Amino acid sequence: MKVDKKKGLLLPLVVVMMLAAVLSACSNNNNGNNAAPSSSASSSSSADVKKGGEFRFTLASEPPSLDPALMTDAQSSIVAAGLYEGLYRLDSAGEPQPAIATGYDVSDDGLVYTFKLRDDATWSNGDKVTANDFVYSWKRALAPETASEYAYMLFYIKGAEEYNAGTGSADDVAVKATDDTTLEVTLKSATPYFPSLVSHYTYLPVHEATVEANEAWAADASTIVSNGPFLLKEWAHEDKLVLEPNPNYFDKDKVNFSKVTISLVEDNNTVYNMFQSDDIDWIGAQAGQVPTDRTAQVIADGSAQVKAIASSYYYVFNTQKAPFNNVKIRKAFSMAIDRQSIIDNITQANQTPAYALVPPSIAGTDGKLFREMYPDTGYFSEDIDEAKKLLAEGMAEEGIAQLPKITLLYNTSEGHKAIAEAAADMWRKNLGVEVAVTNQEWGTFLETRDAGQFDVARAGWGADFNHAINFTYDLIHPKSGNNDGKYDNEQVGKWLDESLAATDEATRLDLIAKAEKQAIDDMAVLPFYYYTTVTMVKDDIEGVTSDYSGHIDWVFGSKK
Amino acid sequence: MVAFVLRKVSFMVVTLFLLASLTFVLMNVIPGSPLQSEKATSEQVKKNLEAYYGLDKPMFERYINYMDNLIHGDLGVSMKKKYQTVERMISSSFGYSLRLGLASIVTSVIGGCVLGILAALYHRRFLDHFSMTLAVIGLAVPSLILGPLLQYIFAVKLGWFSVAGLKRPLDYILPTIALSASSIAVIARLIRSTMVEVLNGDFIKTAKAKGLAGHMIVWRHALRNSMLPVVTYLGFMIANVITGSVVVEQIFAIPGLGKFFVSSIVDRDYPLIMGTTIFYAVILLIGRFVADIAYVLVDPRIRLKGGKAGA
Repeated sequence: MKVDKKKGLLLPLVVVMMLAAVLSACSNNNNGNNAAPSSSASSSSSADVKKGGEFRFTLASEPPSLDPALMTDAQSSIVAAGLYEGLYRLDSAGEPQPAIATGYDVSDDGLVYTFKLRDDATWSNGDKVTANDFVYSWKRALAPETASEYAYMLFYIKGAEEYNAGTGSADDVAVKATDDTTLEVTLKSATPYFPSLVSHYTYLPVHEATVEANEAWAADASTIVSNGPFLLKEWAHEDKLVLEPNPNYFDKDKVNFSKVTISLVEDNNTVYNMFQSDDIDWIGAQAGQVPTDRTAQVIADGSAQVKAIASSYYYVFNTQKAPFNNVKIRKAFSMAIDRQSIIDNITQANQTPAYALVPPSIAGTDGKLFREMYPDTGYFSEDIDEAKKLLAEGMAEEGIAQLPKITLLYNTSEGHKAIAEAAADMWRKNLGVEVAVTNQEWGTFLETRDAGQFDVARAGWGADFNHAINFTYDLIHPKSGNNDGKYDNEQVGKWLDESLAATDEATRLDLIAKAEKQAIDDMAVLPFYYYTTVTMVKDDIEGVTSDYSGHIDWVFGSKK
Repeated sequence: MVAFVLRKVSFMVVTLFLLASLTFVLMNVIPGSPLQSEKATSEQVKKNLEAYYGLDKPMFERYINYMDNLIHGDLGVSMKKKYQTVERMISSSFGYSLRLGLASIVTSVIGGCVLGILAALYHRRFLDHFSMTLAVIGLAVPSLILGPLLQYIFAVKLGWFSVAGLKRPLDYILPTIALSASSIAVIARLIRSTMVEVLNGDFIKTAKAKGLAGHMIVWRHALRNSMLPVVTYLGFMIANVITGSVVVEQIFAIPGLGKFFVSSIVDRDYPLIMGTTIFYAVILLIGRFVADIAYVLVDPRIRLKGGKAGA
């Protein structure tokens, strides 16, 4: 009996030790493997663009829709970039380049845009792409019965909002085709970034006869009629999408891949393993994500690239509720945060500390980026002593000896949790303030935040289009539905309204920068960092990159 | 027997009705909505969407509508995946989950039985400890760990299998093991404990005394009697396993049904929540029903009702 008992203890021990040995052997191998591709990458930068070859990447979930009017998300837009061609197409720097349109004229008041369309563009069924297709598509996206969530992207057009609200008619939407290749659009007010807007997927054209014949046309590969560089050959729902070049595409010489396979893989570790075992060619920029615990390593050994993208991570203060109705208290909380330490220890993807709202990849004017023209480094500084002083002053102003119970709200996620806990820790150490940290599931979180039932809440904002107004008007204008902290500074609203009316871009950006600076002086929100994306690509793939907004730009890439 | 089946079936229908009603009410009263999005849209856009999905109508009216459609076999259209019917989403993904699930059931039963029998026959000897150690590991290591571990060793490092997907028959092996480890362990332990007891029973001694061969005793008498708790367990396990595992499907990127159970709720995709819940319930009820019938077939004591019970 005694002997038996000994065996019973020994065996599990042996098994565990064997497992441990296998595991450690594997991780050693891994380090060796990772070093190899990075060293060869640098030596092979110049090569001719070659036709053919398959490009493979992953998306975390399948596109909810491939109907441009109904799309709202990154997944759909990444696939749509291959399937459809709009008037303009954004290059990876975020600059609009002529696509179906060859150019445009704009009236002196900036209200009337006349787009000239090319006459050799066709749909995948052979029909010609005409100006009427755009008229139909835009009006369809606006029609109340289409129930497009992004219809508001078209509200810049005169009569659009009224039609969507049911108070106006389709005929009053000021977009018309004067002939097959001329499209005339009248805007509600001057919108100098309109060419950038028409590159947005809500403005992509659809084929009228197809849409009218079958309302579920965009749910299957066999029924989609499109006009882009690629055609959807196969859509195995929840599994993969397969795209092949469109032989009728007007610029087909620019298309290099002979096949593109998009697998739908949710798990980041699986995506990483697929890259390691050569099942995919790309990770990053919304097409898979390097697992957080690998990020620091792949950046350090050079096997991954880091690129700034147009998204900001910040906390909103509830400016309508004590104690954060006081500007000094808001400032104290913001100045007590060590942003670089959060980036170094938690997010680990070389994000840029943020001291304002507009991210660094957003364009300015004259070929300069907005943040190059208006650097945010001097907007405020992290200063614990100053923060303590401001907190004391703020509390004196409010006539309180002790802060009320403060809760920091975030939506459930490991990453947000780590940042929230670090922030609470910094407030405790630097200000001596106890902040309770609490999380809610996404849907509940959105409802709570919209209802203003919070003190401090997590927020993030990604660009809809490449202009600073998208990060200012939307987030800090007193009337914006996305101003969740209900920050209410009339002057900021006035500047932003004026910026929309300005006829010259430099003046406009000045006004936007002024409004942004004022909002930060008031510490309307607590900026944390500007996002980056960490991307990994196989050595033989060229011309695939992350665009300004952080979406994979793959359409005109090539394989050596 | 007919009365027994009829009673069971009518009970199942009532259960389903209550479950569907309760789920409908619960999903409507929790915060959040299918139209939720981080970016605020205009009030008008929201109204258009509500009208489109019929969300502007009172809950009771929507409930009656849904039940009416349900009775006619219409599960509705997903609110998240545009123009995809819930029926198609479930039926196309169920194929993957079902195949993987069946592979896992077969593996679990065979693996569990072999380990359990070995453990019982070599009670308190090396093979017993070995089997039970394996079983403890199987139970203790969740598929969340086992899956990536298998994937890393056998797919990434050794390159024997694909990392993800079910393109070739071989690709079933890793997810099947990840999915089966815990049920192999449970079945092995169930078999072992009942079999040790059964092997000491009088009727086994009688069989031995009659000179029946060892393997015949195990096969004809001992195993059959030891299967009872396994059958009970299988009733639940079948329903769980063939409707897909969220974790294993995610790790191996299998386009099965499992993820819809979670994603439908996160998205507040009302028709898909109802569809997956009802579908799962139907499978679970059928699984238990089959288990009830299987008792009768397996347990000689139930078949010989009132006879020589406890023999």
